[in-house]
Amino acid sequence: MSRSNPVRKAPRYVAEIDEGGLGAVDAVRVSDRKSNLWLDAWRDLRSRWMFWASAVVILFIVFVALFPSVFTSVPPNDQCYLANSDGGPEPGHPLGFTKQGCDVFSRIVYGASTSLSVGIIVTVIVAVMGIVLGAFAGYFGGWLDSFLMRIGDIFFAIPYILAAVVIMSMFLHERNIWIISLAIGFFSWPATARILRSEVLRVKQFDYVMASEALGLSKVRTMFAHVMPNSVAPVIVISTVGLAAAITAEATLSFLGVGLPNNIYMSWGNDIANAQQSLRTNPMTLIYPSIALSVTVLAFIMLGETVREALDPKARAQR
Amino acid sequence: MIWYIVRRVLQGIPVFFGSTFIIFSMVFAMPGNPILRMFGDRTPTEAQIAALEAKFHLDQDFFTRYFLYLGDILQGNLGTTYAGQSVNEILARTFPTTLRLALLAIIIQLIVGVLAGLISGLRKGGIFDHATLLITLVLISVPVFVLAFVAQWFFGIELGWVRPTVGQGAPWQDLILPAIVLAALNMAYVVRLTRGSVIETNQMDFVRMAYGKGLSRGRIIPVHILRNSMIPVTTNLAADFGILIVGATVTEAIFNVPGVGNELFKAINRHDMPEIVSIVTILVIVYVFVNLLIDLLYGVLDPRIRYVKK
Repeated sequence: MSRSNPVRKAPRYVAEIDEGGLGAVDAVRVSDRKSNLWLDAWRDLRSRWMFWASAVVILFIVFVALFPSVFTSVPPNDQCYLANSDGGPEPGHPLGFTKQGCDVFSRIVYGASTSLSVGIIVTVIVAVMGIVLGAFAGYFGGWLDSFLMRIGDIFFAIPYILAAVVIMSMFLHERNIWIISLAIGFFSWPATARILRSEVLRVKQFDYVMASEALGLSKVRTMFAHVMPNSVAPVIVISTVGLAAAITAEATLSFLGVGLPNNIYMSWGNDIANAQQSLRTNPMTLIYPSIALSVTVLAFIMLGETVREALDPKARAQR
Repeated sequence: MIWYIVRRVLQGIPVFFGSTFIIFSMVFAMPGNPILRMFGDRTPTEAQIAALEAKFHLDQDFFTRYFLYLGDILQGNLGTTYAGQSVNEILARTFPTTLRLALLAIIIQLIVGVLAGLISGLRKGGIFDHATLLITLVLISVPVFVLAFVAQWFFGIELGWVRPTVGQGAPWQDLILPAIVLAALNMAYVVRLTRGSVIETNQMDFVRMAYGKGLSRGRIIPVHILRNSMIPVTTNLAADFGILIVGATVTEAIFNVPGVGNELFKAINRHDMPEIVSIVTILVIVYVFVNLLIDLLYGVLDPRIRYVKK
């Protein structure tokens, strides 16, 4: 206790107990750094290499997705010559050619924006549906809670890839990024809703919620202004991991043949599926897009994992 | 226990109706006229259309058709493909293979996953622990079809240890590689759950008590620690099963395993809507049913679950 910080004692109305050791326990150190859940999490995050590694990779992929022409001057689909079929690397085409004679590197670079767009749109759909439905169910309770959660059970009972297979089979000729994102997102919100609901059930017991209602704020306003902001932390974690899952789902659907049309969208899933024919002769056309896909997914999963540990005081203490 | 079973089965009923209803509505909302599609570029007469509409109940309203469809499913009649094959026959032919593949995958994922989780949980912070955590992270991140292709290329083509695709009749030795690929993703979750729960159990008083009264590690680890750490792994089997269904579709397509998933993959690429819907419906029903079974099993394993008051 040699630091000469100004010390403010908590006011006492009974008696001075002890000026010595015990008194220091009650003291509030005014100059101590401000602390809350997010600040603590940030302090924890910035000291971890896994956080920085995943953040750098994600920022890089975002940059590639936004400005693909910085990385390659070859348009991904225009200059496919069968003369180049399964050709090896050559100047200007660092990763060689696909069976159709298209540039592998260029397709990978342009594919980043497809994967990221689907991932982000799905995450937004799932987060909005999950947060709104979960918050209403948790905060209002009663029949609304039972009703919403039973609906969630039903949607939860259908593996979302299978549902997406049916939806995408229906839209044979008008497949685009929005439809595939809706197909994936529409069946994956129950997990988010359940997590938010249980968090809302915890938060709504706090005094500030009662205070807000006592001061005359309506139930809906209280929910949006005080309950929701204090219960979204776990949703951020599941959304990060969900973004990775959505990217995988898009690639899986493309692989199964119900994804995005190959000639309009560059999709890593399509690239991998098409490279199957060249597995014996030119396996590298399969390996490169696989690496791009896996590294992207890995980065988001690592980010989600580090954020989860940073937001969870128990996990922080265990480490 | 009997009340727990009754309650859980009753809870499963709306899920069954709801999920089949959703699939039905999705197909009902499908654009285009199915009768005209059957005729291709020829134009059917009014009478032909009317006869076919009556035959397929297309003249009925939405809910009547849903219950007719449900009745067909419950009677085990899954319809025919565009090519006129009975979906029942296709499923009867392919289901045993998928079942064998899934069983093999579950056995592999449980044995390897639980063992690795147990070792890394007991030696928390050691080299083995760090290595497994890193490997599971990679396994979770790599999509199953990437893993399947890489395994097929490396073990099947480069090293030539196994046949890259499954042969006639799907013998067990051909199924091992696809099963390992299929098991890999869930294995990562099994490892992590087991590890976390072993670490927790290891600090329990009854484990310290067991050490204190001088029991050997050979008895404490399997009887006291492992048994108590299995509950979260069992619960997670339900989620595992969903991943397994989708994973089986992809793995079977890649390794050419003659199973249900491969049939779905072929149907997708033929745009055979009736077959796609029938197979997806059956898979969803199986999924709902397995979820129910696992929940019941969970109630057997953990008495606390049975007595939870609603």
